[in-house]
Amino acid sequence: MVERRPGLRVLAHAVMLAGICIVAFPLYLAFIASTHTAADIVQVPMPLLPGGHFWETYKAALLGGGPGTGSHAPVARMMTVSLVTALVITFGKIAISLLSAFAVVYFRFPLRSLFFWAIFVTLMLPVEVRIGPTYKVVSDLGMLNSYAGLTIPLIASATATFLFRQFFLTVPDELVEAARMDGAGPMRFFWDVLLPLSKTSMAALFVIQFIYGWNQYLWPLVATTSEDMYPVVIGIKRMIAGGDSANAWNVVMATAILAMLPPAAVVLLMQKWFVKGLVDTEK
Amino acid sequence: MAAIQLKNIVKSYGFGKNALEVIHGVNADVADREFVVIVGPSGCGKSTLLRMVAGLEEISGGDISIGGRIVNDLEPAERDIAMVFQNYALYPHMSVFDNMAYGLKIKKVPVEEIRTRVDKAAGILELAHLLQRKPRELSGGQRQRVAMGRAIVRQPQVFLFDEPLSNLDAKLRAQTRIEIQKLHRELGITSLFVTHDQVEAMTLAQRMLVMNAGNMEQFGTPEEVYHRPASTFVASFIGSPPMNLLKNAPGARAGTIMGIRPEHLDLGTSGWEVQVETTELLGAERLIYGRLAGEQIIVRSAENQPVPAPDALIHVAPREDRLHWFDAASGKRI
Repeated sequence: MVERRPGLRVLAHAVMLAGICIVAFPLYLAFIASTHTAADIVQVPMPLLPGGHFWETYKAALLGGGPGTGSHAPVARMMTVSLVTALVITFGKIAISLLSAFAVVYFRFPLRSLFFWAIFVTLMLPVEVRIGPTYKVVSDLGMLNSYAGLTIPLIASATATFLFRQFFLTVPDELVEAARMDGAGPMRFFWDVLLPLSKTSMAALFVIQFIYGWNQYLWPLVATTSEDMYPVVIGIKRMIAGGDSANAWNVVMATAILAMLPPAAVVLLMQKWFVKGLVDTEK
Repeated sequence: MAAIQLKNIVKSYGFGKNALEVIHGVNADVADREFVVIVGPSGCGKSTLLRMVAGLEEISGGDISIGGRIVNDLEPAERDIAMVFQNYALYPHMSVFDNMAYGLKIKKVPVEEIRTRVDKAAGILELAHLLQRKPRELSGGQRQRVAMGRAIVRQPQVFLFDEPLSNLDAKLRAQTRIEIQKLHRELGITSLFVTHDQVEAMTLAQRMLVMNAGNMEQFGTPEEVYHRPASTFVASFIGSPPMNLLKNAPGARAGTIMGIRPEHLDLGTSGWEVQVETTELLGAERLIYGRLAGEQIIVRSAENQPVPAPDALIHVAPREDRLHWFDAASGKRI
């Protein structure tokens, strides 16, 4: 589509700009809201330029104790919970998927294909479907309101296992044989050859899974009841008391902005690796 | 330094009734320091045979011994061998140095020793300036040399080559062939070399093992294989263009096949009458394709000879001492 027509270019840019506005405007509004007092925001019309209460609002959000009728838990604590949860889920998923894909691809053991299909079938069972039984197990094990309860049920991942399996299948057999000739045992081969080759896939998966872990909503909602184990996504919900009550919308919006920052940072920092991992492999 | 003995080697896949035997009992003794080429068309089992020696395939029957030690149940790394793969199988994320040093590191060879061995191999193969590069930054020929370097630094008793030249272009292939020969002269390590290319086999081999459909057809020096092919298969597989195999030629007895190489037929005024079909100029020589008593026959003539027109009749005289005779039923040499 390399058509050099100026009219078309203007149109294309107009469409793109419109798209950006549609996506960016709510974010802008949230930011504006977080710089005003709660009373200013509910004015009609709502102010569209930044106000002077930026530090106040963010301090209230991070340290807790803001105005309004909803929860006043400190967001700093929630961010920590979210960060730890997301990281444990991400690294746990990558480690377990790598190992299970390694087993499925490189070892001949009885019922191998049964195990593979068992893993594959769990793709069809996301958290939402199995939330009842999972809750029962986690609560019986006394893992509610703990990092273990927040992360372990989400770690096993068919998607990641499948991704690594597909990647391992593309590694030439001759490489495995060369390693055997060199005297490398299976785990040695895994560490010295497979892991370095999977670096880019791992990076891509890290981005996807970090965002997945960070954005978990339903599971933390049932698995946590105490304020100091709320991830930030739940925290936002708890700040809104519902109905017509006087919510501290400025603090809510500040929390929303804060909740968006880590995933955005991960995407921005890992962008190069992410694209590389999805597009090419170092072979 | 070691001799290799193959005793009644059988390879089959599957079990019981469904078992498919692909190698039907190969017997061969490779002497110490010998360079043996295993040659045959694709699917004849030559690579499988090599991989059994390497320990990458299980041996279904028979014994393989290297240096007097039966290695049937040993891991590849324990057999004291090194292998060069067709696609080189270099570790893509390691530098050339690390690729060559990896096996030694696993064997816990001291660091200084690794350095000296790699440097020495790199010197022999002219890789010294490339040691810090990654395989993807190398040309095909250089990668091939790294693969050989990886084999050399291990100082094995036996080298195994699995069609290592087939990914190189024709010019580089000829050059590498000479390098491999030189290397073998210098290091004197027993080598098995698998190829489907009979020119490669003829030029490299001290002895060649010709395989067809899982059977060993002949095992001998290139001269023996060329001058006294053991069967019609060897006769037609070795030599380019292939030997003429004639049933109806004048003088052929019933139940036998007469073989005569195109280079042993002389154009003249008497002898067999051949009807010309087409000709091919190959540079120094010209191939004449024709028919003799209903069978195709190829005659080689010098390029300065007159070109026969299609459908012309020419006379060719076979050199009597160069005739080969094969049994028509078994294809074996008589």
